Amino acid sequence: MYDAGKIMTGLVVFLVILTLPFWYSGAMGKGGARPEVKLPEGEKKCVESKEYMRDSHMDLLNQWRDAVVREGKHTYVSEGGARHEMSLTNSCMKCHADRAQFCDRCHVYLSLNPFCWDCHLDRKQTGQGAK
Amino acid sequence: MLEKALHGSSRYWTLIIALSILALVGVAVYLKQLTTGLVITGLSRDVPWGFYIAQLTFLVGVAASAVMVVLPYYLHDFKAFGRLTILGEFLAISAVTMCLLFVVVDIGQPYRMLNLFLHPSPSSLLFWDAMVLQGYLFLNIIIAYVTFTSEKKGVHPPSWIKPFIILSIPWAISIHTVTAFLYSGLGARPFWLTAILAPRFLASAFASGPSLLIILCLILRKFTKFDAGDEAIKKLSQIVTYAMAANIFFVLVELFTALYSDIPEHKHHFEYLFFGLHGHNALVPYMWTSQILAVTALVLLLFPKIRTNFTYLPVICAGIITAIWIEKGLGMVVTGFIPSPLNKVNEYAPTLPEGLITIGIYAGGFLILSVLYKIAVAVREELEA
Amino acid sequence: MDQTRRGFLKAAGCAAIGAGLALPIGRAVAGAVVADPLPGGLTAKRWAMALNVRKCLQRDGCRACIDACHVEHNVPSIADVKREIKWVWKEPFKDTFQTEVHQHMDSALSEKNVLVLCNHCDNPPCVRVCPTKATWKRPDGIVMMDEHRCIGCRYCIVACPYGSRSFNWQDPRPFITTGIRVEYPTRTKGVVEKCTFCTERLAKGLLPACVEVCNKVAGRGTMIFGDAGEVNSEIVRALRAGFSLRRKPALGTEPQVYYIV
Repeated sequence: MYDAGKIMTGLVVFLVILTLPFWYSGAMGKGGARPEVKLPEGEKKCVESKEYMRDSHMDLLNQWRDAVVREGKHTYVSEGGARHEMSLTNSCMKCHADRAQFCDRCHVYLSLNPFCWDCHLDRKQTGQGAK
Repeated sequence: MLEKALHGSSRYWTLIIALSILALVGVAVYLKQLTTGLVITGLSRDVPWGFYIAQLTFLVGVAASAVMVVLPYYLHDFKAFGRLTILGEFLAISAVTMCLLFVVVDIGQPYRMLNLFLHPSPSSLLFWDAMVLQGYLFLNIIIAYVTFTSEKKGVHPPSWIKPFIILSIPWAISIHTVTAFLYSGLGARPFWLTAILAPRFLASAFASGPSLLIILCLILRKFTKFDAGDEAIKKLSQIVTYAMAANIFFVLVELFTALYSDIPEHKHHFEYLFFGLHGHNALVPYMWTSQILAVTALVLLLFPKIRTNFTYLPVICAGIITAIWIEKGLGMVVTGFIPSPLNKVNEYAPTLPEGLITIGIYAGGFLILSVLYKIAVAVREELEA
Repeated sequence: MDQTRRGFLKAAGCAAIGAGLALPIGRAVAGAVVADPLPGGLTAKRWAMALNVRKCLQRDGCRACIDACHVEHNVPSIADVKREIKWVWKEPFKDTFQTEVHQHMDSALSEKNVLVLCNHCDNPPCVRVCPTKATWKRPDGIVMMDEHRCIGCRYCIVACPYGSRSFNWQDPRPFITTGIRVEYPTRTKGVVEKCTFCTERLAKGLLPACVEVCNKVAGRGTMIFGDAGEVNSEIVRALRAGFSLRRKPALGTEPQVYYIV
């Protein structure tokens, strides 16, 4: 291989730069800033556990979507046996009324732009062509 | 092999840069369409398909017409097409790529395009169209690559490629048949509800595709050392003649059925196309231009002296391409929607952004074609040196 | 197949793929994914609608059903006819029933407007041509639309012989002038929409919005919505008693919106 030394050095520098965020936060002893979501006051329990909702709310919402639109089923029975109407706006957003303080916190942090809001409405931004 | 495309004359690079600029303009306008929606086109509630789908239809024909060189060469061992087949296959690759791009720019939610495969729906002809077009692209890439590399090495192509070549022949017919079925299976649109549509599509394809190929051959002959050969070009002009005769015959057959039967819902569309309806006649001048060009070209082609004269031939071919492009690229799709099911006449005309996106895709397609032809020419020059 | 099993199979399938890639592709759903219809929903073997044209024409110019529907579903009011979106609207009788009119027909009928909407065909061509199953026929006959699934190819609009479908050429929200109704979603640009016979209202035991308001302003029997699969339902009795038309019956689409004339 020609210029093996140069290539290897270049590769190492590249890898270091690529993984810099991990080294950096490791060296500083703490992770980067984490998003803080504002939980609804009054209501303590979501349809499923906090951990499950955090990891899999998107899957649950997709399942709700298909059940309601495609199968005409509207009631969700949670693991604890509680029944909920499957609706983003009419169930989720009733408690999590402030999208900016809840959904957007993580989504913005992760640079996610879910298409939900192109059609579905959060209750606070009605009529503003909320985007 | 691709490195051959990186060394060329200044003329070659001018072409590449010009096409790239047009393609980039297309991309920029498409980004605008992506953010604002298809409102920037001339499409409407009553005419939901227009320029994009029409170009798709026209180009599927160009792609399918590769069969007109592949079939004589491989099935009938027509040696004169030996050098031509690679040009035909490269043209097919570029045309199918353009077709697929036209599908992408036409749909409202391109982000969700994978739904076509995640939720396959065999009852939909659009699903089949996407399938056969991709299959055809794949077939042509494989065949062109394998036969071309063999040629470059001066060996016979491996025998395992033969089944692919044989398969590509009915496959070419199938892509245009399925594209015709997109239209002809709809009770809602009497204009397209005719069994002649698929044969007509094929006839017009076998006239316009080889016409384009003749022009490309003559350009290559003029500017490069690649010569497809007199015999091959003459044979192509014969193919164009037969196909054009069949095409005009099919059009007349269709007109007879629609006009003589005098059934209003069939007749109205043709009235709109050729004479205008309720004072709306945007397409009328184009359609007459197309028909006059088509007939004139056919009459000229019937004379062997004119047909084999390489000064007149490209002009006639350009006339045929224009005639068929108007017929398929403007008239065929739009007229199906006029009058609308509720008897309204809302005319359609493409907008500037729509035109720029269309030009951008054509530029992209011809960019691919230029690069592929450049490689073909370079290899040929090497072999003959 | 019930939700639990489907979820499991989906997760298992994804896991099989994901395992190879060592990526967390499939996440199993919490466990109890049981989805019931709402209690008290309206159900039918075959939903259908009958419009009493003469009764409707007594209130010529009435738009109650159109406005109710369009407010209920956040249907935008777009002035440009080329970009219009409509779920239910009026068209001249002579254009709606082109093969039925003749020059001696009572002009109080042929020159007037009748209501048009999705016919919820028994043999819907839109469903046949949809390449993604974004539109399909439910077991109760309603031709439903999943705007999440729609890729916006507009093939259904091309295939519909009634012009009942609309495409969102642009973001519709700026055109919802009556104020967006939060409970029902708007649409996004690039998808097709149409009348759904108010499946979301039926599920809650309510009649379609148009029928409900028509019953109030025009009195019962002007718009009849009911089960055409039930021999003695109100709609079947009304159809038996009077003479009715359907739009373009020769196409074999079997429309389920009837016009009693």
